[in-house]
Amino acid sequence: MKKSILGALAVSTMLSPVAAMAQTEVQFWHAFTGRLGELVAAQVEEFNASQSDYVVVQSHKGNYSETLNSGIAAFRAGEHPHILMVFEVGTATMMSAQGATRPVYEVMAQSGATFDPNAYIGSVKGYYTTTDGDMLSLPFNSSTPVLWVNRDAFEAAGVDPDTDLSTWQNVGETLTALQAGGSECPLVTAWQSWIHLENFSAYHDVPFASQDNGFAGLDTELMLNGEAQVAHLTAMGEWAQDGKFIYTGRRNEGGANFRSGECALFTESSAGYAGIKAEAEFDFDVRALPYWEGVGNGPQNTIIGGASLWVMEGHEDAEYAGVGEFLAFLSSSDVQAQWHQDTGYLPITAEAGEATRAAGFYEENPGTDIAVIQMTANEPTANSKGLRLGSFDQIRGIIDEELEAIWAGDKTAQEAMDSAKERGDALLRRFEAANG
Amino acid sequence: MEKRVKFKGWLLPALLIAPQVVISAVFFFYPAGQAIWQSLFIPDPFGLSMQYVGLGNFEFLLSDRFYRASFVTTAVFSILVTLCSMIPALFLAVIADRLIKGSGVYRTLLIWPYAVAPAVAGVLWLFMFNTRVGVVSWYLGQLGYDWNHVLNGGEAMGLVVVASAWGRISYNFLFFFAALQAVPKSVIEAAAIDGAHFWRRFWTIVLPLLSPTTFFLLVVNIVYSFFETFGVIHTITAGGPQQTTTILVYKVYSDGFVSQDLGSSSAQSVILLVVVGLLTVLQFKFIEKRVHY
Repeated sequence: MKKSILGALAVSTMLSPVAAMAQTEVQFWHAFTGRLGELVAAQVEEFNASQSDYVVVQSHKGNYSETLNSGIAAFRAGEHPHILMVFEVGTATMMSAQGATRPVYEVMAQSGATFDPNAYIGSVKGYYTTTDGDMLSLPFNSSTPVLWVNRDAFEAAGVDPDTDLSTWQNVGETLTALQAGGSECPLVTAWQSWIHLENFSAYHDVPFASQDNGFAGLDTELMLNGEAQVAHLTAMGEWAQDGKFIYTGRRNEGGANFRSGECALFTESSAGYAGIKAEAEFDFDVRALPYWEGVGNGPQNTIIGGASLWVMEGHEDAEYAGVGEFLAFLSSSDVQAQWHQDTGYLPITAEAGEATRAAGFYEENPGTDIAVIQMTANEPTANSKGLRLGSFDQIRGIIDEELEAIWAGDKTAQEAMDSAKERGDALLRRFEAANG
Repeated sequence: MEKRVKFKGWLLPALLIAPQVVISAVFFFYPAGQAIWQSLFIPDPFGLSMQYVGLGNFEFLLSDRFYRASFVTTAVFSILVTLCSMIPALFLAVIADRLIKGSGVYRTLLIWPYAVAPAVAGVLWLFMFNTRVGVVSWYLGQLGYDWNHVLNGGEAMGLVVVASAWGRISYNFLFFFAALQAVPKSVIEAAAIDGAHFWRRFWTIVLPLLSPTTFFLLVVNIVYSFFETFGVIHTITAGGPQQTTTILVYKVYSDGFVSQDLGSSSAQSVILLVVVGLLTVLQFKFIEKRVHY
């Protein structure tokens, strides 16, 4: 037994350097496991098989935060990869790290790979592009929140599953009806801050933070304690107290409750599609994220979540050429269309979206285009272009804590959001001091 | 009577303490010095630049009411973990000590949990108490109790305490068990002949004889609950809800390694260094006086 392990080790250590010597190696660190991990591995394999100059080596480095932190720690140690997947929350951190990253538009220009920045969908690209229009990182997996409906749970509670759920007013009435009909979990959510504050603000065209949500400068302050946000959270808080909204955790814990059929409504990323489709043993459909009738300018457009690929500084020129080729491959229409259909993530180029429509995918899988429509419905405003805030992972932690105080009935929505603003602003000032 | 060896010259004694000095220097003085140095700056995560802020990091921390609250949380957590891991361990050790047959099996079974890494233990307990699919929370639900540690701070604290103390019971059990075996049988037999019943013998003879072990475990367990429990907290609550389970060390970890705020994290380490130093002095000054060796 021991011998065979040693043997295998010896063989594998002997084989890998040989492969690396023949071709230029490009390291790619990502945060995907399970089905998504398999799909990324398949993309990489396809790229490696498609040419013989470069070999991309993909490795999984934990969840989004862990991947970013491994990348940062590796950079400090001089062992960093060429390509690092960074979630949208880490965008401001990466942007401020000049000297650690090489902007994608530069990489593409140097490598000579085909690159047309106009091919990418504006609302996706905007998140990762400077105000001058230079793309800093390549959007990889982008999603946006939608409303998932368990039609069977509606029927069981005696509520018409085709009820209009486009506004929160209607959803509120429906929750009451569901509860009266015996539903123990009328509404559950994932990523509460992302959906019920960040996207909520963009969708109603109200600011989440000053300075165009941080796009215009580091001297930004949170504005999430505005009237619209507080009104929404007050309603959610009441639903939580009444048992109509069930809180399950800060990340996507609620997915398990929805997929098991326990919950009737679920606000979650459009990328929840892969998991729900695989596991749900009930009839489900997708609706656009609800908005409050008469609040702000809703429905504007929602913003993205997910991750982009950052190219790290400090490698050989030949390797950057390989990076450019790989990024061009990932952006190609076929790869993108397949990725979009497999995962529920948005296509990053308009062409990939059209290819998907032309292939009849949306007709066969109704609702899968809702996210795309919702994202691209209106030209993004200063409030709905996205968020660019430093220390945003920590700020989200603060927001999560304050939201928990609302759900538990310890604080009113106004008190909680005032406190979130005060605590978050302190972190923004620290970030400004470190990067100003 | 003092037992003291006198050396001639300084070379041999210096050589003998050198390994300890080197280890302390490499693993304690150097990192501690670095922490103190870094606590004066706000560095960017990538180590590309540093902003000197003087005592700004400390000011920032001490003006944060959540950080101040975290001292109380840490105290509550440490006391609970220490009690919950020592009392059951002592009880189990006393019971196992009375066994004549099969004590080896009991011993082995009781030591097992110690082999489980804290983060793994955290996940195990989290599974049992998961608000939706957990076995224990389901039974509690049957009894009419709505368990929800994701929103209820008290329940979250209870859960991390139990998960942290659980593996530790084994460790404490081992020490108590060994100490019990060392209690001279003749003393106990003499007391028994005098008519002292079991609990009386336990309170007046066994417990005082165990005091050096108890004191040692007290120190070790407090250090454990301070420094080695963040794996459990990270997996079960991540410090929530509303920071009710954010102990000082967890905050050092999460601010430094999750949020990449190395300046604040270093400042917290320095504060922690002072706190633990004071605590150790206090323990040796006041509690050790009551220990009979």
